[in-house]
Amino acid sequence: MKVLMKGNEVIGEAAIKAGCRYFFGYPITPQSELPEFLAKKMPEVGGVFLQAESEVAAINMVYGAAGTGARVMTSSSSPGISLKQEGISYLTAAELPCVIVNVMRGGPGLGGIQPSQSDYFQATRGGGHGDYQNIVLAPSSVQELADFTMKAFDLADYYHMPVMVLGDGAMGQMMEAVEFKEENLCSSLPEKTWATTGCSGRERNIINTLYLNPDLLEEHNKHLQQKYEQIKNNESRAETYLTQDAEIIITAFGTTARIASSAVDSARAMGIKAGMVRPMTLWPFPSSAIRETLTHCRSILDVEMNAGQMLDDVRLAVEGKAPVYFYGRTGGIVPKASEILEEIKKIGGISYESHLRQA
Amino acid sequence: MKVISGKPESLTDKKYHYCPGCMHGVIHRLVAEVIDELGLREETVGVASVGCSVLSHNYFNLDMQEAAHGRAPAVATGIKRVLPDRTVFTYQGDGDLASIGSAEILHAAARGENITVIFVNNSCYGMTGGQMAPTTLPGQLTSTTPLGRDVKKEGYPLRMSEVLATMDATAYIARTSTHNAKHVMKTKKAILNAFKAQQQGQGFSMVEVLSTCPTNWKMKPVEALQWVENNMMKYFPLQEFKKVSGGDQ
Repeated sequence: MKVLMKGNEVIGEAAIKAGCRYFFGYPITPQSELPEFLAKKMPEVGGVFLQAESEVAAINMVYGAAGTGARVMTSSSSPGISLKQEGISYLTAAELPCVIVNVMRGGPGLGGIQPSQSDYFQATRGGGHGDYQNIVLAPSSVQELADFTMKAFDLADYYHMPVMVLGDGAMGQMMEAVEFKEENLCSSLPEKTWATTGCSGRERNIINTLYLNPDLLEEHNKHLQQKYEQIKNNESRAETYLTQDAEIIITAFGTTARIASSAVDSARAMGIKAGMVRPMTLWPFPSSAIRETLTHCRSILDVEMNAGQMLDDVRLAVEGKAPVYFYGRTGGIVPKASEILEEIKKIGGISYESHLRQA
Repeated sequence: MKVISGKPESLTDKKYHYCPGCMHGVIHRLVAEVIDELGLREETVGVASVGCSVLSHNYFNLDMQEAAHGRAPAVATGIKRVLPDRTVFTYQGDGDLASIGSAEILHAAARGENITVIFVNNSCYGMTGGQMAPTTLPGQLTSTTPLGRDVKKEGYPLRMSEVLATMDATAYIARTSTHNAKHVMKTKKAILNAFKAQQQGQGFSMVEVLSTCPTNWKMKPVEALQWVENNMMKYFPLQEFKKVSGGDQ
């Protein structure tokens, strides 16, 4: 059954539906409805909501709780996610599963409270110190906030690592009809034999991240990298829209992709063969979905609410085989479909042919 | 034949990496003895902190998590909130607890988290080479106060036990020392009280244990013990600051 709900609250409900009973957070706009929702809901389902003294403390509470094998979540917005990076690096090193939600706002610094996508680099390049990656899911609707949040818990448990749900202020604040599909949850996940719960009836467990012996630390890094290769092979996801005959491909994620799809429709109405590839996972990045369009696509337009961050991954995917253009708005400004259409027209409209790659 | 002395079950057989004359080994043993005596080894989760005791999980023969620098009380909070019926303790040094982790310890205490904190105060950062800590005494020489801690520039030491004892939700706060056998036994009693307070669900408990760092103090072990008695104890008085009634302590 579908219900009408606000994005931030949907994340909270989805977490509960996925079996998460522990939430540690700290208030920050534009995600505060999420902790507020869980402050009310968690006690009702026998769970724990705890408002920490800081984002730093919250992510370390997540570390402790995750170490007991519990499903646990924290959420914040951009400046708060920066503060959590230390903890995320430790969670990664200790291979502890957890879900971290970033409802992005404009930066740098305190920035603003309007929606943005300027934490793409931070999210997809690890974010904290050390050689690591997090799985990063990029929902673009309230329904996907529900689906991806639930999926995030399964991925975290399956791969023993933090998974980030990367939304933005617009998605957190918007209301849409949503359905919680518990049947999609994975039923066979590895048992958490590593959890520290008291060593009754078994050998003791230790959760640690310090490897003073460089050989052992290299082994640990190799192990993490092997896991990342497996994830790259199995978990890349993208949605394609009107790409089959497209000569101009838009790449966009999250809220921007919703707007860009309107621009694609308008371009089609004008006779411009536009299409869109929307990464649903930002790490692993669905390079092949973009590469597959290069058989017929002659140029790419990357659109983001930042100064061009996913742009790097798009260029790496394209490998120089087509020109990659960029249009972005920063500071919390959401691009209009008409602005994106103008960019499409520049590439493929009035002086269409002159901008195209020679076959 | 009757065994009258042996290693507590809550300690592993691994050889300590601590310097000669350092009291970590003694304090580890006291914690392990208390856990054994209360029969809690298999239902305890310990949290190691960053500093010389970062590797304490090698020595405590029970489930352990190693926390980031200063964050042990937050990590312990996460554990205890999921497993309220388990015993959870942190083992932290003074740089970890009183400096980088000051927010985490204050708020864990303010919330009355039902955990036990073993706070080892040796008045310097031991592992990184003896730099000034928030507990470094006025005038004390360290590698970052080569002319002695100047209170006009570097301020005064933090008395954490006194601070935490003022908080409504703390149940047991004591400062003890390990400079001689009598005080080692008093320290054990305080650690026992702290774990009992947790067992009885009374709230946050902490034992601050004055300890030595002969290597960084550049003293012989016996001189270091004397220095604790003659200098540290003047600034950090030994006292049971808070003891909530109701238990059989």
